[in-house]
Amino acid sequence: MTALAQVLVAALLVIGGGFALVGAWGLVRLPDAMTRLHGPTKAATLGVGAVLIASMLYFWGVKGVPSWHELLIALFLFVTAPITGFFLSKANLHRSWDRTEIPPPPGPGNDWATFGDEADVAGTERPDPR
Amino acid sequence: MIRRILPHPFMSVLIVLVWMALVNRFAWGSLVFAAMLAVAVPLFTAPYWPGKPRVRRPLKLVAYTALVIWDIIRANVDVAKIVLFTPSSDLRPAWVVVPLDLESAEGITVLAATITLTPGTVTADVSGNGNALLVHCLHAPDPAAIVADIKSRYESRLKEIFT
Repeated sequence: MTALAQVLVAALLVIGGGFALVGAWGLVRLPDAMTRLHGPTKAATLGVGAVLIASMLYFWGVKGVPSWHELLIALFLFVTAPITGFFLSKANLHRSWDRTEIPPPPGPGNDWATFGDEADVAGTERPDPR
Repeated sequence: MIRRILPHPFMSVLIVLVWMALVNRFAWGSLVFAAMLAVAVPLFTAPYWPGKPRVRRPLKLVAYTALVIWDIIRANVDVAKIVLFTPSSDLRPAWVVVPLDLESAEGITVLAATITLTPGTVTADVSGNGNALLVHCLHAPDPAAIVADIKSRYESRLKEIFT
């Protein structure tokens, strides 16, 4: 049992490390800032995910104590990774893209929140229940 | 009465689960403290939660999470292949506009996060009136297919979950 767990842990660590490496390599070789975003937001999530599963397996299968911290790390990672990507691409839209290069959203007088004057209004239109 | 003490039952449950996971082993004392937090935190953060996110089908949300995790694994393999084997000259990065039928703010947030976490796509922006998402694709020889895929695979499911 312990031997099987150890093999699994080792395999997961190698897989995780491999994906993290590919993510980092993507960051280096992809041609522009927007495409580079794709490496860390994805390849790295599975890399970290595999390492976290390996850690859980290690504590459960090898040490015999249950461990829940990894689930929390995964949860926080999945909640925060899209937000980082979102902010990076927004900053990027302003820095290295011209508005004419971006396809416009459907509907007359409508613009992307980053460019529009009503950017701060969009999220606050929810009716107050009180 | 219950509504008054627990205005956001889902958040309270989440707080209990997160606290118990932080403690990392079961003890009744921790559960009591988690319960106290579950009551206090929603109460003190109430001004930040003016609306009430409505989840119609919690079970479908679990199924959706499983689907997204599976897609994240596929996404990683796809993106890894592109990073390793596709030369930059063959890469077709593209901006695509995904029109939205979803109206709930929480639903749109979940959809945007899903798009960022899955195959070769990153959500870059939402339109001013919330009727479309701007998505950047790493490799999109056929942008229309990607939009159709996002709408049928994720948005249709989210529409059943969030009202």
